[in-house]
Amino acid sequence: MSLSDSSLVGAGSVAAGTEAAPGSEGAAGAAAAGGQAAAEQTAGVRPRVRLSERIAAGQPATAPSVNRTAAVERQVVFQSRNVSVDYGEKRAIDSVTMDINRNYATALIGPSGCGKTTFLRCLNRMNDSIPGFSLGGELLYHGHDLYDARANRVEVRRRIGMVFQKPNPFPKSIYDNIAWAARNLGMRDGMDERVERALRGAALWDEVKDRLKSSAMGLSGGQQQRLCIARSIAIEPDVLLLDEPASALDPIATALIEDLIHELKARYTIVIVTHNMQQAMRVADKTAFFSLDESRIGTLIEYDDTDKLFSRPADSRTRDYITGQFG
Amino acid sequence: MSAIPDPTYALTASGNLRRRQAISRGFVAATIAAATLAVAVLIMLVYYAAKQGVSQLSVHFLTATLPPGSPGASGGIGPALAGTAEMVLMATIIALPVGVLTALYLAEFASPRVGKVVQTGLEQMAGLPTIIIGMFIYGLVTLHFGQSAIAGALALSIVEVPLIGRASLEAIRRVPGSLREAADALGVARWRTVVGVILPTASNGIVTATILAVARAAGETAPVLLNSNPSTLGYQFNPLQAVPNVPVEILTLLNLGYPSAVAKAWGAAFVLIVAILAINIGARVWLRRSERKRGL
Repeated sequence: MSLSDSSLVGAGSVAAGTEAAPGSEGAAGAAAAGGQAAAEQTAGVRPRVRLSERIAAGQPATAPSVNRTAAVERQVVFQSRNVSVDYGEKRAIDSVTMDINRNYATALIGPSGCGKTTFLRCLNRMNDSIPGFSLGGELLYHGHDLYDARANRVEVRRRIGMVFQKPNPFPKSIYDNIAWAARNLGMRDGMDERVERALRGAALWDEVKDRLKSSAMGLSGGQQQRLCIARSIAIEPDVLLLDEPASALDPIATALIEDLIHELKARYTIVIVTHNMQQAMRVADKTAFFSLDESRIGTLIEYDDTDKLFSRPADSRTRDYITGQFG
Repeated sequence: MSAIPDPTYALTASGNLRRRQAISRGFVAATIAAATLAVAVLIMLVYYAAKQGVSQLSVHFLTATLPPGSPGASGGIGPALAGTAEMVLMATIIALPVGVLTALYLAEFASPRVGKVVQTGLEQMAGLPTIIIGMFIYGLVTLHFGQSAIAGALALSIVEVPLIGRASLEAIRRVPGSLREAADALGVARWRTVVGVILPTASNGIVTATILAVARAAGETAPVLLNSNPSTLGYQFNPLQAVPNVPVEILTLLNLGYPSAVAKAWGAAFVLIVAILAINIGARVWLRRSERKRGL
């Protein structure tokens, strides 16, 4: 099974062609990021400077607007068109329309019960096993309908990984936690290197390299959660969905996870549900605010660049929420 | 006296509290008495079997053959122990996969409606009178092919399947759903998840269930009475022949009636009780310890 970026790009007709157009700062960006981008992307050099790189370079997060508007040209991974979800008789979310961009961290925020986790779990079909679940509208992944009858949900999840709210390592050794899925997917060669790469990618290697054979249940909560991230990236997915990944962790472990998200989005597209607005501001390029509408159904209120959504929200409900005047 | 006590009154029992306390104490005493009786019966049973049987214990008794012609006069229960072990082993080889796969079906794959029917069936199966299981295999197998260890083992496996199935189901259902989600989110097919995550996590419970089922089958009389009740009492391992076994041999010795035979029956009974208790207690201790070790 080939899962190179190029095959996925080729399949996503929506995204084709938008990639080559260089922005105004394209030449400089390509010079700065080209080497790294070429190493990590087989689909070609993307001359866009990412938010994380700007932060790393000491530039303000509120970048020139020309840079942010360039985002509309970014490759689109998920296209949600008027998506609604029903659990039996009860409608959980209604009319969610948004595009999620490649190599962005996209945050979903909003009050409890507003459907942000439901929407996240739709993105890799984790809701399928819930009795009475049905999805309306259209949810495209690189142009393919995720809920098409021919779309195989095991294949969907193989490309779109997920990390859950509570760390859920398998009761196996640290090594086997990471190697197990890869082995089952036929990635047998160079397993030791794969495990090390995944653990390094999740910033866990130094802490566990001497006890790879001991049980993962003996790790701290923060370490377990990073192990779960390592487990997800070990199979080289395209997208990582994070469902409140730091809500069960202390501030230090949370900071580690957030740093990790900045690094991971260079390689993966990240969608993160969070209750913590500061966290969304710290990690997300774009933020979607979900809330309940008049009939108590979760829906997307506003979706914009993170800095704009938090500094100049267009919708009064967003403003009330982010200033703590909700409800 | 009014129902509402004077708040300034001393804090001694007032109103009907004395009566309520007496009833409460009486109820607690009744439960303690019942629990004591239940344990006492077990202790008395073991004590009586030990008193009658412990004098028989010797290596000779555990290995020797009962002499033909005058069984019970001398010799031991070696062939019966070997035959019971053989039949229980065969029964478990049959029952373990059936029981575990049934439990997996119920826990992982069955629709709620079908699952309920199958689970009810499993529970009814556990309550089947064992003589009926013996008769069923007798009519199905023994009547056509004669008595054999296989027929006895088949009957015992019917005893074991619901025990293994129900306890395995419980163990599999105790596997946290978050582990299934984790495996699902890694793009692993369901059966791989079952083999790679769910069964290993539930293995303690499944092993314990199996050991308990072995202990139960070892002591069952009715299923083997009609299906493996040999006329000769020597060592016999051919699964196509009837093999001697401990429960039926106890019955045979008791039926002989004379004192030395009855004493041998008690000896065999004591061996059986000790073996079953040891297996049971050992399995539970092992389960508790290994579950704690895994942090479950």
